[in-house]
Amino acid sequence: MNVTEILFWILSALAIGSALMVLLSKNPVHSVLWLIMVFFAISGHYILLNAQFLFIVNLIVYAGAIMVLFLFVIMLMNLNTDTEPQKNKWLRLAGVVAGGCLMLVFVAAFREAEIQRQQANAAVRLVQMGEGNIGLIENLGKALFHEYVLPFEISSVLFLSAMVGAVVIGKKGD
Amino acid sequence: MPINYYIFLALALFCIGVAGVLTRRNAIIIFMCIELMLNAVNLLLVAFSKMHHLDVMQTNPATTVGTDAQLFVFFIMVVAAAEVSVGLAIIVMMYRNTHSIDINFLNRLKH
Repeated sequence: MNVTEILFWILSALAIGSALMVLLSKNPVHSVLWLIMVFFAISGHYILLNAQFLFIVNLIVYAGAIMVLFLFVIMLMNLNTDTEPQKNKWLRLAGVVAGGCLMLVFVAAFREAEIQRQQANAAVRLVQMGEGNIGLIENLGKALFHEYVLPFEISSVLFLSAMVGAVVIGKKGD
Repeated sequence: MPINYYIFLALALFCIGVAGVLTRRNAIIIFMCIELMLNAVNLLLVAFSKMHHLDVMQTNPATTVGTDAQLFVFFIMVVAAAEVSVGLAIIVMMYRNTHSIDINFLNRLKH
């Protein structure tokens, strides 16, 4: 077990534990802070996969900008712990059971695929860790501005329309 | 690292997000759980791109295959940022109309 694997397990445990705490904490501000922890753990996974551009974009855009936006909205609304009324206990249980059933179905499907792989004696598909230069900004920038120029420009139009839409929706009075 | 570990990690994060959408009734928490699901899928896409890259690299060491998937993740992040800005504006407007962000007040489409 080398350093990469140890880091993988630590980051995975951090991501799943923080994701559970997002659901379990009563205070919405604490939920946002736990979600930031999840995003940091996922950024750590990007570092392990040597996707350095996505690492930095994930930190700046998600953990930086989007989560600060969430925090601003929560603090503007002055939401406290007791503002969320308790849902019906059975509905809550049904939600957890539904999520667990979805997970069960997926896990069963992938276990079946693994068993079939072993029966066919196929090789284990490995993920390249810590090397390979496709995640570096040089390659991504070349591909983005050669083959994906049109989607890039269209996304700027999307941002403009989202900005106008947010201002129009959030404007006082109607 | 085998791809299965990444699949199960992304699966766990996605299912936690689904359970959160179904159990909580605070609109902002539901929105955050949707972000969690988006990020789980992003992580899986990057892992698959590195898997494919390793496969092709066995025969062609100078290949840049797999770049497209990472750009796809980048575009997903762009769309998610636009989505968050509009969604939070809608939540703020809803709070201004009903003085609550409980989604059970939204079961009738009137205010």
